[in-house]
Amino acid sequence: MITRRPSQIHSVYDVVVAGGGPAGLAAALGAREQGAERILVVDREPEAGGILWQCIHAGFGLHHFKEELTGPEYAQRYLEQVLENEIDVLTDTFVADISRDRRLKLMSGGDGIKAIAARSVVLGMGARERTRGAIRIPGTRPAGVMTAGLAQKMVNMHGYLPGKRVVILGSGDIGLIMARRLTLEGIEVAGVFEIMPHANGLSRNIVQCLHDFDIPLYLSHTVAEIHGRDRVEKVTVAPVDEKMRPIPGKGWDIECDTLLLSIGLIPENELSRQLNLRMDPVTSGPIVTSTMETSMDGVFAGGNVVHIHDLVDFVSQESLLAGRSAGLAVTGQRPPADNIRLSPGENVAYCVPHTISTDRPHTVYFRVRKPLEKCSIRFGDVLEKKLGYVFPAEMVTLKVQPKFLANFHGDALSVDVVPRD
Amino acid sequence: MSEPNISHYLCIGCPLGCRLEVEEDDSHDIVEVRGWSCKKGERYGREEHTDPRRMVSTTVRIEGAALARLPVKTADSVPKGEVQAVCEALRRLSVEGPVKMGDVVAADVAGTGVDVVATRSLG
Amino acid sequence: MLDFAHIPVFESVLPFPNPAGAMQEKRQRQSEANKNQERSGIGRMTYDVTIIGGGVIGCAIARELARYRLKTVLLEKQCEVGFGTSKSNSGIIHAGHHSDTRTLKGRLEWEGNQRWDALCEQLGFGFERIGELTIAFTEEQRAKLEALLIQGRERNIPGLEIWEPDRIRIEEPALTGEIIAALHAPTAGVINPYEACFGLIESARANGVEVIVDFPVSGLKKRDEGWIVVGPDREIKTRFVINAAGLYADRIAEMAGVGDFEIRPRKGEEYLLDKRLRGMVKKLIFPLPTPTSKGILVIPTFDGTLMVGPTAHLTPDRENITTTAEGSDEVFESVRRIVPGISERDCIAEFAGLRASVEGEDFIIGPTAAKGFINVAGIQSPGLTAAPAIAERVADILADEGLGMDLRDDFDGGIPLPVRFASLPLEEQVRLAEEDPRYARIVCRCEHVSERETVDAIHRGAHTLDGIKFRTRAGMGRCQGGFCTWRCMELLARERGMKLAEITKRGGGSWIVREREDGEREEGSRA
Repeated sequence: MITRRPSQIHSVYDVVVAGGGPAGLAAALGAREQGAERILVVDREPEAGGILWQCIHAGFGLHHFKEELTGPEYAQRYLEQVLENEIDVLTDTFVADISRDRRLKLMSGGDGIKAIAARSVVLGMGARERTRGAIRIPGTRPAGVMTAGLAQKMVNMHGYLPGKRVVILGSGDIGLIMARRLTLEGIEVAGVFEIMPHANGLSRNIVQCLHDFDIPLYLSHTVAEIHGRDRVEKVTVAPVDEKMRPIPGKGWDIECDTLLLSIGLIPENELSRQLNLRMDPVTSGPIVTSTMETSMDGVFAGGNVVHIHDLVDFVSQESLLAGRSAGLAVTGQRPPADNIRLSPGENVAYCVPHTISTDRPHTVYFRVRKPLEKCSIRFGDVLEKKLGYVFPAEMVTLKVQPKFLANFHGDALSVDVVPRD
Repeated sequence: MSEPNISHYLCIGCPLGCRLEVEEDDSHDIVEVRGWSCKKGERYGREEHTDPRRMVSTTVRIEGAALARLPVKTADSVPKGEVQAVCEALRRLSVEGPVKMGDVVAADVAGTGVDVVATRSLG
Repeated sequence: MLDFAHIPVFESVLPFPNPAGAMQEKRQRQSEANKNQERSGIGRMTYDVTIIGGGVIGCAIARELARYRLKTVLLEKQCEVGFGTSKSNSGIIHAGHHSDTRTLKGRLEWEGNQRWDALCEQLGFGFERIGELTIAFTEEQRAKLEALLIQGRERNIPGLEIWEPDRIRIEEPALTGEIIAALHAPTAGVINPYEACFGLIESARANGVEVIVDFPVSGLKKRDEGWIVVGPDREIKTRFVINAAGLYADRIAEMAGVGDFEIRPRKGEEYLLDKRLRGMVKKLIFPLPTPTSKGILVIPTFDGTLMVGPTAHLTPDRENITTTAEGSDEVFESVRRIVPGISERDCIAEFAGLRASVEGEDFIIGPTAAKGFINVAGIQSPGLTAAPAIAERVADILADEGLGMDLRDDFDGGIPLPVRFASLPLEEQVRLAEEDPRYARIVCRCEHVSERETVDAIHRGAHTLDGIKFRTRAGMGRCQGGFCTWRCMELLARERGMKLAEITKRGGGSWIVREREDGEREEGSRA
């Protein structure tokens, strides 16, 4: 494994990063860039790198490394860079709590319970998957119902197979990727069922994970019931009405022994809630400034913990900024405070960061609520950008330069996505 | 005059997902590619019709390492029709650790002329 | 508040302790010992008492009988005790004023209620008297509350009091303002019923009671001075049979030739809510009861998670523990009328269980025409509450039926208390982790369950994922096992010498993964 036990772990660090996945690793490098000296990354797995190790498929790094890499390649490159930069990485360690004066309670398999103080903290805990309980699928509770990510871990990291015949609920990328993965391992994937009228994942995955293998995709369908006492025996699938409820009498049973759920990701914000950070109910992540600082002084955040990303490249970009900001904050430096509040307007579900300032460039990330072709992003009255298409499943990025805001004197800007006239 | 031969593809170049139509004549030459919104799409339609290729990523068994599986990928794309054969060949493989990212674990896999490389170092 | 004075900091130079290696041997020996004990002569002698059924009633009886110098064995058809209806129980210890004292369940409810403090002290499961509010929306309903109040006072149930809206608003601000009165019963409480089962059975075993799992009873044969109990791989000779078989108690009674009642399963669906709502409601909230059900409740469980339900619908199928869309709607519509802030969006898990109800809706406890065969059947609410009193009554019945009941002088009521690491004070956590770093290795991220607790659960009898879950809470949190499932499987494999593909969710055919079938191997080439 790519791990190097630090020869010395200090009781005070300049920057401590909670989570050693792509967000945490990028943040650590950002902090180093800004001159922070003692940096510690804490990860609960035996090896840092986060979820990337199990994402063995390609599609990572196109923006960042200008190459198309697999998840492990991306993780290794980052992790090696972190270790080369003499950043301490403590694995098999869980951040159990953080106090308001930025002390962390670490629970470590090797070292027991230890306290560490940090001048700045970056939260990079990533996300967890939505589970059956979130959508309350009726039926029995047999073995064989699991999230697509858990199945991915079992197959790719440990070499075990979840079953022989699988139904997948949810057309997000994780579900599509697993449809292909399982098929290549000789498992029959009976179908992918998506409750929305459009697929959630990239068209590339629709083609290469479903079409390539003749796996049917049913839109506006869901799993209406799970059957089987000890192990899944079959599921009832059915089309849904406008209220997303299964239409009675139109369902049919599919025999299978496994149901994989790919129904969304949720930022893993236990620590943020323990810290009482101000949260955005739409993203389920902390409210952040343009430097990725949360409502608590010296606590920054980046990656899936702030809002769910599609591309790891943007996770890295955003977290690099969070790390740089955390590094700067160590010496008490901060750029000018934000003076404009951003609010999601027409067809926009949320924007991150939640505020910006007029004195420097920013990248604003947001998601639309409904797909739209031939549209425009309206950034208040100061900027309009034409786009060919927008989809909820694809996060939009907008680069905002200070010159656009030169004549703007308000304190709030709405971000709208509207059809072009 | 026979029926036109039309095949349908979903372009993967961008999320627009243009629905492409590729028409070929009786001698299997492409007559026209329709439905694209950009040049990339037209090119994709042609390639996907004449010589669809895929990258394959999977895992192979590894002994003497901290994990039981080593993630690997084909160093280049292989013909779409060979993907299953590639996977079958790799299923029979067992690699001895330590391995470095980029090491070739199977050369010319399933006769495709393409090597399979490790996508991480593992020891 | 984290008091960092209690947490040590890292020393400058770190040794890398590896207790895993040193302990491996010890664990292996321990594991072997456990397996051997299971294989040895258990089930071979003639028993005084055989208890059929390892739910909370059977376990309570086993624990009670363990006080006496008797040869007792408990037979459970599933792979662990409590894996039937008991694990789906709402976990409520009722105050005792709801039930009619003309019924057996009414009489045993308050008696049972008073036993739980001592039990939880000795057996280490959680129990808290959080109190209960029965609510009224109309004057007619208020009159019913007053009747319940009188009924309760007649039985000397302490603390009963009717609260007016002002008091309700202060104590439970999340309840709807439409409530005009509520009957407060401070003696009601909550436990985790599966923890009670494990604690009771462990104590019983520690005092000589034998337990055989995976033992469905398929027949009973009357013999001179007793019975033969027929199971999957052997027959058990016993003087007395206690029929605590829950949903199948009528079938067992039939086998004994005294099948004069019928179990009519009544299904209840329950829904667990996200911890984010913890503290929103502090007491058990009851609507007014109906003849067949206590209604759909808001239950702050012992661990702080809010639970809503259960429904109550008869079903002919004794294996039907499905949750349904209708059940979900029924529960959330009903609960929203009481606590407007609760919605389906906060649901993290759902489950259902079957009550073993009988036509008379009362407990059937007593000897039968078949000498030596004693029924403890039709135990539905307040069965959990009454369990300790039921167990004492069974002991009395046995004595009346001629079984010599001498108290053991070496009875030890306590068991090594299970550690709930996450709820220990910080200094205690640090101290324990210094002794055993496995306390500091987190297995379940959501519930902060450590490796050491998981290993302990395995050694105390968990050999399935549910067995671990119900002993430690690993897998019960928000991510529902996404993070901890694999870790628990690896620990089970290591501690019990199981193959990963052999591990099940809860026994039987509930396997989790299957092995690859890769066939012949070739050696890889490397350039």
